[in-house]
Amino acid sequence: MKILVCISNVPDTTSKINFAEGDTKFDTNGVQFVINPNDEFGLTRAMWFKEKQGAAVHVATVGGAQTEPTIRKALAIGADEAIRINAEPTDGFFVARQLAEIVKNGGYDLVIAGRESIDYNGGMVPGILATLLDMNFVNTCIGLEVDGTSATAMREIDGGKEKISTSLPLVIGGQKGLVEESDLRIPNMRGIMMARKKALNVVEPIDAPKLTNDQKFEKPAAKGPVTLVDADNVGELINLLHNEAKVI
Amino acid sequence: MSVLVYTESDKGKFKKNALEVASYAHKVAQELGTNVTAVTINADDDASLGNYGVSKVLKVSNEQLGTFNAKAYANTIAQAVEAEGAKVIIISSSADTKFLGPILTAKLNAGYVPNVVAAPDSTSPFVVKRTAFSNKGFAHTEISSETKIVGVSNNAYGVHENNVSASVESFDPTLGDSDFTTKSVEIDKVVGKATIADADVVVSGGRGLKGPENWGMIEELAEILGAATACSKPVSDLGWRSHGEHVGQTGKPVASNLYIAIGISGAIQHLAGVSASKTKVVINNDPEAPFFKAADYGIVGDAFEVVPKLIEKLKEFKAQNA
Repeated sequence: MKILVCISNVPDTTSKINFAEGDTKFDTNGVQFVINPNDEFGLTRAMWFKEKQGAAVHVATVGGAQTEPTIRKALAIGADEAIRINAEPTDGFFVARQLAEIVKNGGYDLVIAGRESIDYNGGMVPGILATLLDMNFVNTCIGLEVDGTSATAMREIDGGKEKISTSLPLVIGGQKGLVEESDLRIPNMRGIMMARKKALNVVEPIDAPKLTNDQKFEKPAAKGPVTLVDADNVGELINLLHNEAKVI
Repeated sequence: MSVLVYTESDKGKFKKNALEVASYAHKVAQELGTNVTAVTINADDDASLGNYGVSKVLKVSNEQLGTFNAKAYANTIAQAVEAEGAKVIIISSSADTKFLGPILTAKLNAGYVPNVVAAPDSTSPFVVKRTAFSNKGFAHTEISSETKIVGVSNNAYGVHENNVSASVESFDPTLGDSDFTTKSVEIDKVVGKATIADADVVVSGGRGLKGPENWGMIEELAEILGAATACSKPVSDLGWRSHGEHVGQTGKPVASNLYIAIGISGAIQHLAGVSASKTKVVINNDPEAPFFKAADYGIVGDAFEVVPKLIEKLKEFKAQNA
């Protein structure tokens, strides 16, 4: 089985978000970038397929040279090869078309992407990619087993979960549950040394239109101070929620 | 060239988000000087969508679509879009719709913007406001393609009544085996309880509750309020509660009218995930907990004392206001 894990290079979850250049760009100043958490769960599951079922695992990202430390981390965790498509990932359809080209040419059986990146939250790349290549697709995937060419996936739904039976070639939009938080791997020294020798192929993007464009960003409005209620007077909280906030 | 809206139903009954997206579609149609056509799948009371501004309903009744199937549903909606010649499509942000949305996007070669929180800034160019950076910011995003898909966030634009008389036509999509290559085997879903996605009130517990055995009072409080239960990331990582309850940046987003955080300190990732909730209440024994800076109302106190008192007072309140 040949697996491609799609990686997005995103600000660490603890990052404070600021904007620059007249609020038209994300301000990367002082921000640490990491593998998108939803992708990291998928990468870790891919490692399981590599170790237990002999799968080959490649990773791909769409991004500039500044994303290479994040890709190297994926190699250090255990991916065999990496591909960087040298373009700014500003539109989901554009990104999906770039990755589709890699998947088509690489003959991958399984593509694991995150259900969304935690920066631009488009949540569309895996589904568009699957549809462009006529592959099966399962979104918000929280469990995946592959046996030959058949696959069983668990999907999170509103208020529960659904078991889905499908077959390869398959694309999933993954999230926590594919593996547990405690299964995530921190690269060790050997992994980091080996990652230096692994191939990181840079390819130029194919010609594809960008259908959306973020014109301007803004931060949420500042919030007023909290109204404190005495712990011995919880009835006052109910009063405020009923008469002031009007939510109960 | 009407605005087309996909109005989701569950066991024949329209979901709240269906009425929100219908209301939103009406607003967009007004701006564009056109009408709203809804596509429904195995819904019962189609004409009721007129109350939210829908002029025409394309009613799909199809046994094969009895269970949600993203590809087949997307194909059905795409055929309705084609039949209507629609260029603007409005969908919701439910788990099912976020599953079919990207498929529809690829089929229609459309620009798709999800998580939209307000009526369009303008329709020419077509610019919408959406959340970004997991609710730590907003983006004003232009959709420049000819066909446009707008995914409206839950509980953001709201339900607006617009009395229009809706005509109902049956619509028969052409579906084949290739639409059903993923099959639902089993659905494990809580019934008769609010879900985090569409609950008006969410009651959430954190590590301050000390152990899963102490969740009885969280569930009792939720039951009185008709609320969904949720939890912080450490709680789901420790296995005290299921992942499905984890809310925050890497869990589920919450956009309820009321969010009550009990024993949750308020890490930045958690606050981002719940920031779309309209009113936030925190109960925590640490007055320095960051959640107090993000909340509207707060009680500094021991959850094990405060919550039982709150339950008791709420029961009295419910009895008086019943």
